[in-house]
Amino acid sequence: MTSRTNEALPISVKNVTKTYGPVHALNDVSLEVQSGEFLTLLGPSGSGKTTLLMVLAGFTRPDCGSLKFGDREVIRTPPHLRDVGMTFQSYALFPHMTVAGNVGYPLKLRKVPKPEIAARVEAALDTVQLGGFGDRRIDQLSGGQRQRVAVARAIVFEPRILLMDEPLSALDKKLRDQMQIELRHLHEKLGMTTVYVTHDQREALTMSDRIAVVNHGRIMQLATPRDLYERPANRFVADFIGESTFLPVSRQGDTVLFDGTPLLHDSPPPEAASLLLMVRPERVVLSREGPREGVNNFAATATEVVYQGDSFLLHAALADGAQIVLRGAMRGANVTALPAVGDALTLCLAPEDTVLIDGSEA
Amino acid sequence: MEAVRTNELGLRRDEWLERMKLFGLGSPAILLILVILVIPVGWLFYVSFIGADGTFSLENYERMLKRKSYARIFQTTFEVSFLTTGLCILIGYPLAYFIAGLPNRIANLCLITVLLPFWTSLLVRTYAWLVLLQKRGLVNEWAISLGLWDEPIKIVHNMTGTLIGMVHIMLPFLILPVYGAMKAIDRDLMKAASNLGASPRRAFWTVFFPLTLPGLFAGSLMVFILCLGFFVTPAVLGGGKVIMVSMKIVSNIELFVNWGAASALGVVLLVSTMVILWIASRFLNLEKMTGGGH
Repeated sequence: MTSRTNEALPISVKNVTKTYGPVHALNDVSLEVQSGEFLTLLGPSGSGKTTLLMVLAGFTRPDCGSLKFGDREVIRTPPHLRDVGMTFQSYALFPHMTVAGNVGYPLKLRKVPKPEIAARVEAALDTVQLGGFGDRRIDQLSGGQRQRVAVARAIVFEPRILLMDEPLSALDKKLRDQMQIELRHLHEKLGMTTVYVTHDQREALTMSDRIAVVNHGRIMQLATPRDLYERPANRFVADFIGESTFLPVSRQGDTVLFDGTPLLHDSPPPEAASLLLMVRPERVVLSREGPREGVNNFAATATEVVYQGDSFLLHAALADGAQIVLRGAMRGANVTALPAVGDALTLCLAPEDTVLIDGSEA
Repeated sequence: MEAVRTNELGLRRDEWLERMKLFGLGSPAILLILVILVIPVGWLFYVSFIGADGTFSLENYERMLKRKSYARIFQTTFEVSFLTTGLCILIGYPLAYFIAGLPNRIANLCLITVLLPFWTSLLVRTYAWLVLLQKRGLVNEWAISLGLWDEPIKIVHNMTGTLIGMVHIMLPFLILPVYGAMKAIDRDLMKAASNLGASPRRAFWTVFFPLTLPGLFAGSLMVFILCLGFFVTPAVLGGGKVIMVSMKIVSNIELFVNWGAASALGVVLLVSTMVILWIASRFLNLEKMTGGGH
């Protein structure tokens, strides 16, 4: 399992549509997944991300569209002939087989000789750090171990494409964080094209090469985690990835105004009918010495202060009633005294953190 | 230093009271079982060891061993039970599979239909089969008019008739647990099998079927044990040619007024049922140990 001779395959989705009655689960979706890439489908429940994954696996038959693994058109290929690995949200381990029985199942179907099955099962279990667990029953395993067995079973036959449907959603937070890194390493080691479905934006940011944000059966934005976070294409993406508050701004020629004051911003605003200023809580700075030079200053009144150990959250109302949320680190002056509710504050936003986005609700 | 144990006695008493209340709820049933089951069965055992002269004797059991007719009766009983169970599996399993694949609302309707026969009495259903299957009955008349066969054939008052009636009556007892086992199977398991390369047929035999085995086993066991003691249907549809243990018990009492012989038969039937249940429970545990149980 350490070195792979199989090349990863690119996936090409073109114009795939799936309707359930009047509902568009997938609305003319096109997507190119590069060979060896870790791509995440991210979206709220009911967005169509799982439907798209099921189309890739062959469990959902779309109304129309094309799906290629490499050069092979597979849209009409039944699932058992697609040769892709997959992990399920429920793990879908066979309860009547041992760990080794589960992992060896795809090899047995492929008529691999018995001694080779044993060797490859053990190697796959080693890869997911479950060496020596082959004889265990599934109900003797913890959630994290089941997850690993599911991964081992999905990679043991060396598929060139791996699909993962919310594989970590049933694990507790600590284990989830650990598994995210492990799966990421596994992907680097095995190099198979991976399509990963999650509704957890942090998970998507942590693991992916690229993220496709899905909503209402469409791909809202396809970008690297950094671009997605820093330059969301629209309000939905900005809202879904990270926390943010939005302030309405107006355009006057080349300048953008908030509450009558011109805004300093490094990157040009998008060409859109309506603009919004996206404010990330961690980018806002609390100034204790009044307005600063070279940044956007907002006069505000603290409405709520929440102590959270490593940081604090400050909700503040601007003069026009709009709300801004600020997340500050617990150090320096903040440790001695946090602002109190009702305090008049100055909030600063640097020009490089002043991100203007398309305000239309797409 | 002794830890402070405030309210310990009161709390312990509360727990005891709760347990007693629970026991109180169960006590009518316990009493009922004692009166109508344990005492009569004990009496049954006792009577089976009383000979014709009113003293302790094994003659009732010796008779069973000596007379060939008894061996034949036991053979028939087990044969009918095995065949009925087998036919129920052959008919019931595919039907349960079909219903389990339907959308829930339609599936529930189908299950009600499966249970429909329970709404009429056993005797009515058995006589209904008699009417249908007899020489000039509906089945023969239709088959002849459709040209399936020329002469009325004998499908009642024999083994065939008995089996038709028994399978019809026993079928729900098999379908329900099998259906339950099928519904309990995570749908993702079949998807996983398919994704890993199993054709629908392979996926069925390697994943689905093994997981329904506990349900199939429970259903078959229930049918088999119910069959062992069955009376009405074989008595009516067997036409005196299919004599099962229960019928021999009746004739021992009604014809020969030999309570000892009847009791001994009852004891043998009871004990063999218990032995089968015991063996089966060992198997069921085995299922659980290999992860097949739910």
